[in-house]
Amino acid sequence: MATVSLKKLTKSYGPVAVVHGIDLEVADREFIALVGPSGCGKSTTLRMIAGLEDISDGVIEIGGRMVNDLPPRSRNISMVFQSYALYPHMTVRENLGFSLKIAGASKEEMDRRVAEASGILGLDQLLDRRPSQLSGGQRQRVAMGRAIVRDPDVFLFDEPLSNLDAKLRTQMRTEIKKLHAKVKSTVIYVTHDQVEAMTLADRIVIMRDGFIEQVGTPDEVFRRPQTRFVAGFIGSPPMNLHEAAIDDGQLLFASGERLPLPSQFKANVGTGDKVVFGLRPDDIYPTGHGISSGEDADVHQLELPVTVTEPLGNETLVFAEFNGSDWVSRMLNPKPLRAGDRVKMSLDLSQAHLFSTDTGKTLRG
Amino acid sequence: MDQNSLHRVRNKALGIAHGVGLFLAMLVICLPGIWIVLSSLRPTVEIMAKPPVWIPQELSLDAYVAMFSGIGKGGIPVLDYFRNSLIVSVTSTVIAIAIGMAGGYAFARYRFRAKSAMFLGLMLTRTVPGIALSLPLFFVFARLGIIDTHFGLILVYVALNVPFTIWLIDGFFRQVPKDLAEAAQIDGCTRWQAFWQVEFPLAGPGIASAGIFAFLTSWNEFALASQLTRSINSKTLPVGLLDYTAEFTIDWRGMCALAVVMIIPALTLTFIVQKHLVGGLTSGAVKG
Repeated sequence: MATVSLKKLTKSYGPVAVVHGIDLEVADREFIALVGPSGCGKSTTLRMIAGLEDISDGVIEIGGRMVNDLPPRSRNISMVFQSYALYPHMTVRENLGFSLKIAGASKEEMDRRVAEASGILGLDQLLDRRPSQLSGGQRQRVAMGRAIVRDPDVFLFDEPLSNLDAKLRTQMRTEIKKLHAKVKSTVIYVTHDQVEAMTLADRIVIMRDGFIEQVGTPDEVFRRPQTRFVAGFIGSPPMNLHEAAIDDGQLLFASGERLPLPSQFKANVGTGDKVVFGLRPDDIYPTGHGISSGEDADVHQLELPVTVTEPLGNETLVFAEFNGSDWVSRMLNPKPLRAGDRVKMSLDLSQAHLFSTDTGKTLRG
Repeated sequence: MDQNSLHRVRNKALGIAHGVGLFLAMLVICLPGIWIVLSSLRPTVEIMAKPPVWIPQELSLDAYVAMFSGIGKGGIPVLDYFRNSLIVSVTSTVIAIAIGMAGGYAFARYRFRAKSAMFLGLMLTRTVPGIALSLPLFFVFARLGIIDTHFGLILVYVALNVPFTIWLIDGFFRQVPKDLAEAAQIDGCTRWQAFWQVEFPLAGPGIASAGIFAFLTSWNEFALASQLTRSINSKTLPVGLLDYTAEFTIDWRGMCALAVVMIIPALTLTFIVQKHLVGGLTSGAVKG
């Protein structure tokens, strides 16, 4: 088990930099998720940690040891690939034991550790099959088994669930979480799916264009996004984000409509400032059909026309028009609504976010 | 007749038609081979008869006996030719496969400058007919003193085969996902081990087919070998066929018998290797 530390880690392909000097400290036994849209540099970062990609500048330390120029095999890591990368010419048993065979382990040692890993992942019945005879979920498990057998310092996961269907993905997500609880190792997990990141990770690293936007616990990045990008990226459905200007202690939207300035931002903005106002769907709800945060109960009520509803069974997403566009709101106690109905909406402004239009950074003090 | 039985009859009829069609096609393909084998067993009179004698009247192994019975008794140095053919074909195949693997792997896996141009250049060499090279090669080889040597022939065949082996093996390495070699490296392999443990076995069928092709090309090549060989030092079996031509006569029966002797090893090799030509080995490596 080990810590991982990235210091000013940079990757460029010729003149094009894809990772711009990022710093990150991963604690021992921590589960870290790197998340971001495609092309944000998260996979490249993971591959640099694995040693599959040369680094252009900076330092990578695993367990306090600099590994910048070490080949993958000397870093004591294991990796689960998006494509699983199982060796098709070997049986499941041989796949699991391959790293031990290369390391020159004895037959008994190999059998013992393969049995251990296959026991954890429920692969006992499949040991003599080849990867082509396995289903997607089984292949995924073999790939994880191959990683466990090595007993590595750090597990690296490169979008391991993105090839599975939705149901299996949820199931494997739970398995990965259980696995981490069992093997208690450091995990760096790359995904573009923020739900995966939120559910699995101790801390989430949100990346964009080769920079780290924010590092924090799932709760932190959800409740206190540091930038407009994080606010829009984390959460499903995404946060409602709309540009506004500060005018006379109020938020003035382009359409001329106004909202009161949330009290938590009063000290940090002044008249004429251009801001981006953000409010999560959970904090907008048809009056009487949601849960107030109860914090300051800074609730503002408006009557808005409904444009679309999306019933999900336990809740209904209601799209209501405000400031010339649809704002998503969540109705936790669904009742039938039709497009065109005017509904009284509660906006819990104590949960609102304001970001600077210029820098995209939060205006929270 | 109801719709179901109508379709059943139609399917049966189609099946029979397929069988007949396949039989005719195979007949066209196999007939020359069968004719060679038959001709090697029949007297010249029967071979040259017009109209052809379809059903052999008289079969004998005389031509084979004569072939091995030594010079002066109608024989030719067939064992020497066989040895030469084997040395030249095996050596040139091994070298062509080694170069083809290195080159094919490089083209499949690495990016480098002028890659496409180099690949195209290699392929363009295949557009030159081999026979067009015979005269220049003869002059150069004569200067170098490597006419009538194994080395000279091996050199020519390697040059002939390398573009093809690179092209074929490149295609097979492309089908082996890059992730596999990376996974192997993470599992503790060096780059070299990852190649031999994972990528090589998976590209095996491709390498085997490139090998068969290179071997058969060298084994059967006549045009260049007939120019570059002189004596039993280096004459290969195809060139040996010429021994059956005299000024005014051609011993068709002997020639056919030698042709059969030539075909047997090639056929055997193809049978042995074709077991390894099973495709689809890579299925299941990655999400399929």
